[in-house]
Amino acid sequence: MAAIADGTDAVAEAGGVSEYGSDADVSREPAGQPVMDLLRFAAVGSVDDGKSTLIGRLLHDTKQLFDDQIEAVELASRGRGIDGMDLSFVTDGLRAEREQGITIDVAYRYAATPARKFVIADCPGHVQYTRNMATGASTADLALVVVDAPKGLREQTRRHVCIAALLGVRHLIVAANKMDQIDWDQSAYDRVVSEMAHLSERLGVVSCTVIPVSALHGDNVADRTDAAPWYDGPTILEALEQAPVGEWAGVQGTHQGSGARLPVQWVLRQPGGGRTYAGMINGGPLRAGDEVVVLPSGQRSRVTAVETLDGPLREAAVGLSVSVQLADDVDVSRGDLLAAAGDLPDLVTQLVATVCWFDGKPLIAGAQYRIKHTTRVTPARIVSVDARLDVNRLELLPADSLEENDIGTVTISVATPLATDPYHRNRITGSFVLIDPNTNGTVAAGMVGLPDLTPLDEDPASLDDHA
Amino acid sequence: MTTTLDPPTATTVESRSRIAARPTVDHLDLLEAHAIFIMREVAAECERPVLLFSGGKDSAVLLRVAEKAFRPGRLPFPVMHVDTGHNFPEVIDFRDRRVAELGERLLIASVQESIDTGRVADPGHGGMRNRLQTTALLDAITAHGFDACIGGARRDEDKARAKERVLSFRDAFGQWDPKRQRPELWQLYSGQVRPGEHLRAFPLSDWTELDIWQYIEREAIELPSIYYAHRRSVIERDGMLLAESAWVAPRPGETAYEETVRFRTVGDATCTGAVRSEATTVERIIHEVAISRVSERGATRADDRFSETSMEDRKREGYF
Repeated sequence: MAAIADGTDAVAEAGGVSEYGSDADVSREPAGQPVMDLLRFAAVGSVDDGKSTLIGRLLHDTKQLFDDQIEAVELASRGRGIDGMDLSFVTDGLRAEREQGITIDVAYRYAATPARKFVIADCPGHVQYTRNMATGASTADLALVVVDAPKGLREQTRRHVCIAALLGVRHLIVAANKMDQIDWDQSAYDRVVSEMAHLSERLGVVSCTVIPVSALHGDNVADRTDAAPWYDGPTILEALEQAPVGEWAGVQGTHQGSGARLPVQWVLRQPGGGRTYAGMINGGPLRAGDEVVVLPSGQRSRVTAVETLDGPLREAAVGLSVSVQLADDVDVSRGDLLAAAGDLPDLVTQLVATVCWFDGKPLIAGAQYRIKHTTRVTPARIVSVDARLDVNRLELLPADSLEENDIGTVTISVATPLATDPYHRNRITGSFVLIDPNTNGTVAAGMVGLPDLTPLDEDPASLDDHA
Repeated sequence: MTTTLDPPTATTVESRSRIAARPTVDHLDLLEAHAIFIMREVAAECERPVLLFSGGKDSAVLLRVAEKAFRPGRLPFPVMHVDTGHNFPEVIDFRDRRVAELGERLLIASVQESIDTGRVADPGHGGMRNRLQTTALLDAITAHGFDACIGGARRDEDKARAKERVLSFRDAFGQWDPKRQRPELWQLYSGQVRPGEHLRAFPLSDWTELDIWQYIEREAIELPSIYYAHRRSVIERDGMLLAESAWVAPRPGETAYEETVRFRTVGDATCTGAVRSEATTVERIIHEVAISRVSERGATRADDRFSETSMEDRKREGYF
């Protein structure tokens, strides 16, 4: 492996407390060289289908685990009467998770192969913790969907795929897991392929690669198995290394996004009396000279400089935190949005949105919350609950309330006009959360617009739940 | 580069040209931008934030990010050190010098004071004080009315930290409840708490140890000299190399000896181990980190060795 360019550094020889190996094969990423190629993915799927075991297996077999971490997992496994290693303990690090053998909240892990860097969100599968799954999936480029192949897709698998797709995940890698339990029976794999194809088509998923695996034994995870000669596609690792990156941030994305937007976070006073407006760029790059409109006020101005502490930038790329100087002395404060004059967002006091509801108390018309949209927090009222998504039939059904973990559509009115884009055009200006004003808890994740469900000829056979 | 023990700390001509000449965005740029974003959100949404600065490498990076977020203005929060009293003198020197250079206000929450006032039991001479920092920290939060503590913790440090939100809620008793964390979607960080409650904010959540060192190299961030290889008198104990000091002396059967070491983390001197290393430059440290087979805390922190869930247990009580 060529990851370490300079292997000549003096490194302590193995001794009682030496911690270094000389073997470059254990390197986690190329030393000293920032890597552009970064994939953020979320492991999703139903409880007990093997997400954490798969992530543990992947990290173990690609040598991402430190020796002391492996020892700790072995020790914890032994303490619970498990022979060898329970690889789910790699990410299930909480006391309660290990007691119950489930994942309660997202674990973030960081890994790198010679091909690319990964940020992994290992999400909980239990329906009770759907809010945590949504947290993990909300920043993912790709979802790794884990399915218990002998049992097929469950309602919770469908819910997760729906949420991931609504959150904008367009690429799926599906691990048809536990193939060892059914002697690598191809028909079980084929059934997962057909069910996932149906879901993917309906939800607008662009790519869906189904891979027969055994997370427990490591077949087709990092290493190819010879147990399934009928399968000639990629392993999980190969699929992860080949998947498109930058989908989330749109840094390298190919989808049609909005024009440049800068939600103002903070006003910086410059020596000499001027001001610059600080925030993170989204939608598209912003350059000195660009015409912008301040929303909601509607004042027009021109960017005269894009500043950072390291000096001015000719162009501020999407995802960078900068501050912007304007040509005119306009009134701009936190919560306002600077938008490219040629491509303005919608300025709304009422919006139709798709929401995932997280609170134990149902969502009903008339309820009051605070909405956080970009850097603006303002009171919001639910005008109406319009529909609930049936995650099995993938249909919007009329509804007047949403229960915990339901996905649905609502109409919301807000106290201060918000500058929004449809979620599919811009994930920053198209997203919001609802906050309970009494507890300050986040009770809903919202996306501007209706879910994009492709009409489909129903095939009732494919809708059976095999759980 | 040769050595960064005494690097330029201000914005330099080189760093300006570096940005201008590099239109593309790399992963350090994105990590930095995200950290700046989080800091500005916390400063804007919370009434009385504070930035925790130990003089360690992560908090040195945190301070640089704070400068990038708020200069040319002053930082919109004070800087606070939770001081165990078991310090490496190089770290305290660095802490004071760095805060003075920045022209910011340094608060000290003292574990010694907690002991002297009977808030916590004295663990005795040379006893480990890491866990006692919780009381000093929570007392300072109450005394100053802080509603957010910005810290340099990273998710790659520990399996409990791996589970924690960027903005992590603490109840009126300072407790973290890992089963009831607030959902945290996209980059919509919600900073509101009720009186008595507070948040811990972790702008470096997604950074790895290697990212920290690469950023230190890129930004030429000064660190306490003990992060670089040096000769030091050490004592081998429980598989760790402890620095001989006013609090750590050889026990029967142990001998102190000279060794070339560096510190991978900096904490209470009684439980922070050194590692054997010849790495005198950032570049060499980056190489060592890239091929290390032992995690940062596994190599250097005795306080994580008590039980399977040491960090989670401490965090539940209100630890960093």
